[in-house]
Amino acid sequence: MHGLEPSGALRLAVRDLHKSYGSLEVLRGISLEAHQGDVIALIGASGSGKSTFLRCINQLEDCSQGEIFVNGEHLDLVHRKGRRVARDPRQLRRIRSKLGFVFQSFNLWSHMTVLENLIEGPTRIHGMHRDEAVALAQSLLERVGMKGREGAYPAQLSGGQQQRIAIARALAMQPEVMLFDEPTSALDPELVAEVLAVIRDLATEGRTMLLVTHEMAFARDVASKVVFLHKGLVEESGPPAEIFGAPKSVRLTQFLKHVRLN
Amino acid sequence: MRFDLIFKHADMFLDSIVMTLELTVASLAIGMLIAMPVAVLRTMRLPYIDAVLRGYVFVFRGTPMLVQTYLVYYGLSQFEFIRDSFLWTVLRSPFNCALIAFSLNTGAYTAEILRGAIEATPKGEIEAAQAIGMSPLRMLRRIVIPGAFRRALPQYGNEVILMLHGSTVASIITIQDILGAGRTLNGKYYLAYEGLVTAAVLYLALTFLIAGAFGIAARHLQAHLRPASTR
Repeated sequence: MHGLEPSGALRLAVRDLHKSYGSLEVLRGISLEAHQGDVIALIGASGSGKSTFLRCINQLEDCSQGEIFVNGEHLDLVHRKGRRVARDPRQLRRIRSKLGFVFQSFNLWSHMTVLENLIEGPTRIHGMHRDEAVALAQSLLERVGMKGREGAYPAQLSGGQQQRIAIARALAMQPEVMLFDEPTSALDPELVAEVLAVIRDLATEGRTMLLVTHEMAFARDVASKVVFLHKGLVEESGPPAEIFGAPKSVRLTQFLKHVRLN
Repeated sequence: MRFDLIFKHADMFLDSIVMTLELTVASLAIGMLIAMPVAVLRTMRLPYIDAVLRGYVFVFRGTPMLVQTYLVYYGLSQFEFIRDSFLWTVLRSPFNCALIAFSLNTGAYTAEILRGAIEATPKGEIEAAQAIGMSPLRMLRRIVIPGAFRRALPQYGNEVILMLHGSTVASIITIQDILGAGRTLNGKYYLAYEGLVTAAVLYLALTFLIAGAFGIAARHLQAHLRPASTR
């Protein structure tokens, strides 16, 4: 793997992010910072805006207000035809390549083999030599426990295997920050553990990660910080021990009552 | 059934098979060259351009290929300025007229097949490409088009067979294709059906081969569609 810098450097900063669907404001001003090595779990009821927030960070959804900084670089957004979009598409692409995104539904490219899925980004976006990209892919496959399945097509794999490949595909871009959007929500219960194990591994090695999840026990064990969203706002945030052990707000207390912790 | 007469003219039928295949394959190839940009541009819904392309598809799918062929073959030659121009070197050959009409026709149908397949690209695969920072053009080339071709294969196989059968229109404008050869045989010996039955059997055989080829291709591409650059 590429050398991870000592913790402290600010990898991702989001300031006052707003988003509306028509008159419905789903994000009402969310700010968040992730330093090197932070593992931030975003929790909250469905509809609280946590997935939307994550998707706004790499502009899979546009936001109506707010600023985004990746590794100190400010993403330049302008209003165009009623939407707020990147002024320079190349800057957006550069920033996106620094953010690894893992989707709920994997979204592997179905006409490509596992290996092709993994080397597509490094060779085409980073211009990496093919041999080097293959070597990188091999080592990543080993890390996610999928060595030997290079030639398989996504449709031939289980959901858990596909998600592990999707994580490896995101890692292959050697991103500064990994964004996980409910990575286990589309999985059968017996497949959740294998994916969580991979994510736990990444947390241990000091990856900077944002994780939208419904797996409360996992958030408690793995996250360095937990952010509880409610109706488009950060209702409460702090270390997992505090969030799960001594919630301050009524909303969080209620929310935790309704979710299982293990 | 006068098999002796049919076999006596085996050479004529062989030549006619070549003619039919030439016409069909060439029209399909040119039609594909027309269809690819038309399909991609139509999914972009550009103002004005989209209206023009929709008009093209509407006209060529909305009128019979026989009428289109007549219009190119008989219609265009009515204009003196066309007969006087370099276009006449192309248009005075019935083969070229059929080729033009057939290509435009299959181009319109193929464009619609491809457009449907492009628009059926899973949204998640697009998002995954965006998320790693792919440009729209590269996404089209690497993700959308390869997936769309695979999805379009069964429908396109149908279009190929329809074009083979549609190419019989060529026999109306003096081209000796398979149907033309059959009618020649009938006419020569005042036969009722020998020539037509022979033609039917030949079309059936060709259709069988095409359908088989697409069946194999479909099975292959389901599992092995891989860009040449990565093997």
